[in-house]
Formats: sequence, structure tokens, C-alpha cells
Amino acid sequence: MIIASKKPIEEIIQEVKDYKRLLILGCNECVTVCEAGGKKEVEVLASALRMHFIKAGKEKKIDERTLERQCDHEYLEEIRDVIDQYDAVLSLACGVGVQFTAEKYHSTPLLPGVNTCFLGANEQRGLWTERCQACGSCVLARTGGICPISRCAKRVMNGPCGGSGRGKCEINKELDCAWQLIIDRLRDLGRLDDYEIVAPIKDWSTERAGGPRKVVREDVQV
Amino acid sequence: MSLRTLDELKASGELRTSSKLEKIFKMGHLAVTSECGPPRGSDPKAVTEKAEMIKNHVDAINTTDNQTAVTRMSSLAACIHLKQMGLEPVLQMVTRDRNRIALQSDILGAASFNINNMLCLSGDHQSFGDCKQGQNVHDLDSMQLIQTVRRMRDEGKFLGGDDIKRPPDIFVGAAANPFADPFEIRVPRLAKKIACGAEFIQTQCIYNLDKFEEWMRRVRERGLHEKVFIMAGMTPMKSAGMAKYMKNRVPGMDVPDEVIARLSGVPKEKQAQEGIDMCVEAIQRLKEVEGISGFHIMAIEWEEKVPEIVERSGLYPRPQI
Amino acid sequence: MRLKCPANFRIIRLPCTGKIDVIHILRAFEKGADGVYVVGCMEGDCHFKSGNFRARKRVEQAAKILDKIGVGGERVKMYNLSSGEGPLFAQYSIEMDKKIRELGPNPVKVALQAKKNAA
Ligand code: SF4
Ligand code: SF4
Repeated sequence: MIIASKKPIEEIIQEVKDYKRLLILGCNECVTVCEAGGKKEVEVLASALRMHFIKAGKEKKIDERTLERQCDHEYLEEIRDVIDQYDAVLSLACGVGVQFTAEKYHSTPLLPGVNTCFLGANEQRGLWTERCQACGSCVLARTGGICPISRCAKRVMNGPCGGSGRGKCEINKELDCAWQLIIDRLRDLGRLDDYEIVAPIKDWSTERAGGPRKVVREDVQV
Repeated sequence: MSLRTLDELKASGELRTSSKLEKIFKMGHLAVTSECGPPRGSDPKAVTEKAEMIKNHVDAINTTDNQTAVTRMSSLAACIHLKQMGLEPVLQMVTRDRNRIALQSDILGAASFNINNMLCLSGDHQSFGDCKQGQNVHDLDSMQLIQTVRRMRDEGKFLGGDDIKRPPDIFVGAAANPFADPFEIRVPRLAKKIACGAEFIQTQCIYNLDKFEEWMRRVRERGLHEKVFIMAGMTPMKSAGMAKYMKNRVPGMDVPDEVIARLSGVPKEKQAQEGIDMCVEAIQRLKEVEGISGFHIMAIEWEEKVPEIVERSGLYPRPQI
Repeated sequence: MRLKCPANFRIIRLPCTGKIDVIHILRAFEKGADGVYVVGCMEGDCHFKSGNFRARKRVEQAAKILDKIGVGGERVKMYNLSSGEGPLFAQYSIEMDKKIRELGPNPVKVALQAKKNAA
């Protein structure tokens, strides 16, 4: 899923301070699961902002709402009848949700309330780690199911680099070296010989290098 | 390998480039290279003065490419300074900072100055250097860079498939770290670099001679020493403090405790000399190892000691070509 | 057993302190409370294993937020005691009462009242 982290409240206060009527808009998907922008976080942020501005003697209306998804027309329509009541929307969805909401409600300023970080997994309670950079042409079949693009600090396709030591990456002793993991897994799968197959020069045009991307599926279009 | 004269070598048709380094290897000599780290400024003297100190004692000089990710004068510019002094440069190139357009373009630039050697590397991560907030590129990795140069040279083609007018005439090298983990793939990794087209190898600094010899044994087992010229990497220790730093801080470095103990065992003012002695002893021991084709002496900011090391190791005078 | 507790606080019962969330604490302040303290079982004695540890973390989170918005993180506190320790319960409430009196009233409440008076 998409992993986000909360923006510091000081930063949010700065961003919203000039708007009188504010809607804090959460999202029920990824940001709920990673505890950055779901209903709970909306409640806490709204309460904190209300207190802050009351204390500062500023009159503000701060409302809360959480949609099923902010990356879908259908759910975004649910706020159409109330959007005019606000001077700005603070969206706690990922960057996609913020933008999609902004596109739909063109004349309302949209502010991000989270930092969208990466595509990752919930390794344990309170710990999320990166697993994929959406390169658009998955190589996991050749790398023992471990992604060298998102998990190697140099995204080397024929690793490990010379800095790998005791299973850890050269940039941080707490970070597993992706290539150590790849080799361990190839060995366990009995496919260590595959290590000597040289990974071809990657076509990065399916990654962000190729410009904004699109997936078109005529078979499901109506 | 028995020695051959240059004429015999030329007649054999084994030469692939105009590189002097290639000739030295293929004539059967133990080659000696060293390096010049370009300065953090634009004064060419920082390169030329270092080169002056070592030029009679080495066959070729590497110029590092923003080593440890610290911004410096470009390695290509430094190579050109060396070339203008009539010396033989080895252009180091990392994949960290340039995409495939820039890499190919710099390869052509180097070739236009008749720079005939290159070392393909991935480069230390930028978090070690002075631009921690910068992007890294890694469009290609070091193996793919080797393939790229070989393709440009041998097929006369760009990666995009177009023909190159006057292809580069470059002898291609790569690095190997016999000490990085996992050890079991260290030799397969070398095999992979050779398969990509590496013609010579400069290794990481060697302090753990036993482990290095074990690696060489496995290299010979697969006959890889016959497919590539392996230069053992040597860096003399200046002090026990440096040894400890290398052990604990430098990624991929294997410094056994005995090395630190030996340096610590002599008074501070004698540690530098002890470090030189240890380096000379190591070279003498490794000269006897089958499959070693030369030494790459990296005396970092200590270039003035290179002549002494070369002479005392019995590697002087250098062959004239 | 007669215990002398300050009379100016309201007890909200929870099945386990693990039930408490940051928002409950913040709401109390929004509604004008001057301080909030959470009393859980002794650490390690939670019937639900880690309820009181969670409560402690949430109290810490609430304190952080209160600090950042200028209400003051010292206004919330977590205490632990076991069920038989009535006197300790009383002692904690006295301690909290004293602390909050030192800190003065909740600035949010003060601001709200000032606004009401002006109107
Ligand atoms: S190879 Fe590409 S698509 Fe596959 S996990 Fe890695 S970044 Fe994602
Ligand atoms: S140590 Fe491993 S993970 Fe880190 S950059 Fe090198 S190969 Fe990649």
C-alpha cells in the first residue's frame, strides 16, 4: 500500500492559518491502515487545530470528514454539496488523493496534511518499510522475489556493490543489503547459479523517467 | 608468464587497444599503477605535482571520480592533465552521477584525448559525501557500464544502436572487493564482470592476506586469472589510528586485528614507516601468488611514498614502452 | 476506608486504559478540562496484556500535541497502581490537583470564556 507519515502540526498550522472555514478530509484506505490520515487522525488533528486557533483568538470553523477513497470520482462526489462551505480543504490522503480532490474542486484550495512516502508493507506495528518503486516492468522473477530497485540504495541490477558488509548496506548498518537478501533467497531456492546471469541494461522509460504514466485497459472501459 | 617483447606481442595480434597498460600486462610484466585524487578546487598543480612524484615508478595513474561522493575536479579533466604530461591515465568513472547519455559522452570525450584506460565503478553512496541531499542516478550499474564501453569499442555502436565515428580505444577495467559480503559470491561476481567485458581488475585494499589468497585460489579454480589481469590493491597505513578508522568506518574494508596490533606496537612516530614496511612485505608475498598481474598502489595523500614502496618491492625500474 | 480526594475532578470509567485514545484526551481539553490523568493497572499486570502500555503511549502522544498547540503537555499524565491501592489513588489525585493549580486554567477555556464575555 501507499505509506504516508503525518506532517508536523506546526507546519499544518502555518498552512491553514489564513483560512476561516476548513474541512479536514481523511481517506479510508492506505493512510488509514498506516495511521496517518484516517478518521482517527482527522479527529485528533481537527481537535488540536480548533484548540490552537481558539487559544490564538482566531475564529475558525474546522470540520471533519473521511471518505472511502479520495482517488475515485464516486466517493469524492459525496462532498460536492458541502464544498462551498469551506475556504480550503486539508486532505490527509496520499498525494494522489490530494490532487484528485483538487482536480474535482477546482476553485477550492487543497492542502496536504501528510507526507506521502513510498509503497511499502506493514512490517510490524508502527514500522512500515519500502518494497516497490513502481518501475513499470517488474524484475522480481529474476531477483528471488526481492526488489533491487526499491531496496538497494544504488538500485544496482547486478549487485551487491563493494560496500555490502555482514549482510548490511553501506549506507546504514541497520539496513539489510538487498543483494544479500537476494543471494540468500536464491540459495534457499536452489538457484544460486542464476546469480551469474547478467541483468540487462534496464529500460527506465516505464519508470518515472518516461514521464507521467498511464495504464489503459480498453477491456474494462465502459 | 614468460616475457615477450613488444614486437612479439604486436605480431601475436593479441592487442586490442593502444593502452600502454594492456601492453605491459600482455608482455608478461607485473604492472604497477597508482592514483591521483583530483583536488577540491581548480588548480591543476594538485594533479600534476602528485603525478610528478610517482610518474617514473608507475605505468599508469588512476584519477578518482568524486571519490567517497565528495565533489572534486572531474576525473576526466584530471586525466587530460596527466595526458598532457605524457603520462598514461586510467579514467575512473562511477555510475552514481551520470546517466547513460553523460557516461557515453564522457567516454567519447576521453577517447578524443586518446585516454586508453577506464575503470568502471558504481561509486560510494552520496550520503558519505558533501551532497547528502543530492539525487543519485544509477541508470546503469558498474557491470552494465563495462558492457557499454566494450560495445562502444568493439562494435562501434552507441547503446541506442547508432554507429560511432571513431569508436573509443579503451582498455576496460573494473574493481573487485574480495572482502565484501557475501564471500561465496565474490568469485562468481568477478566471473560476471569478466563476462561483461572487464579486461583488468583493481582490487580493494588488501590487508587480510590470507582471505585474499583464499579468494585467489577460488579465482584460479575457475580459471578466471587467465581471462583477466588482476592487480592487487595496496594502501600503506599511516598510523594505527588510520587502521582502526579503515576497519570500523570504511565500507567493505577488512583490516585484521594483527595489522592494528603491529602498528600499535611501535611508537607513534615510527608507525608510518611500519606501515610502509608492511605494504612492501605484502607486495613481496603477493608477487608470488599465481594469477596476480600487478599492483595498484593507492597511497592516499601520501604519493611521495610510492617510489619507495615500488623500489623496495623489487618492481623498479618500470619497463619502457 | 475514607479517602480525601480533591472534589474538582470527574472520573470517567473505562474497562481498561487501553480503551483510551488520543482524541478522548484532546476532547476533554476542548471541552474545558484543565488537566487529564489516566490511572491504569501496574505495568505488566494488564488483564489484556498491553492495554496500559498503549495508554501510556497515547498519553505521551496527547502531551506532545498539547505542547505543540501551546496548551501544555504537562497537563496530562499517566499513573499506574494496583486495585487495592486506594490511598495511592487519593495521593495521585492530590498531586495532579496541585500541579494543575500551579499551571493555571486551560488556556483554551480561558479564550472561550473571554469570547463569551465580550459577546
Ligand atoms: S522491480 Fe519494479 S515493479 Fe517490481 S517490485 Fe521493484 S520497483 Fe516494483
Ligand atoms: S550494500 Fe547492498 S543494498 Fe547497499 S547499495 Fe550496495 S548492493 Fe545496494
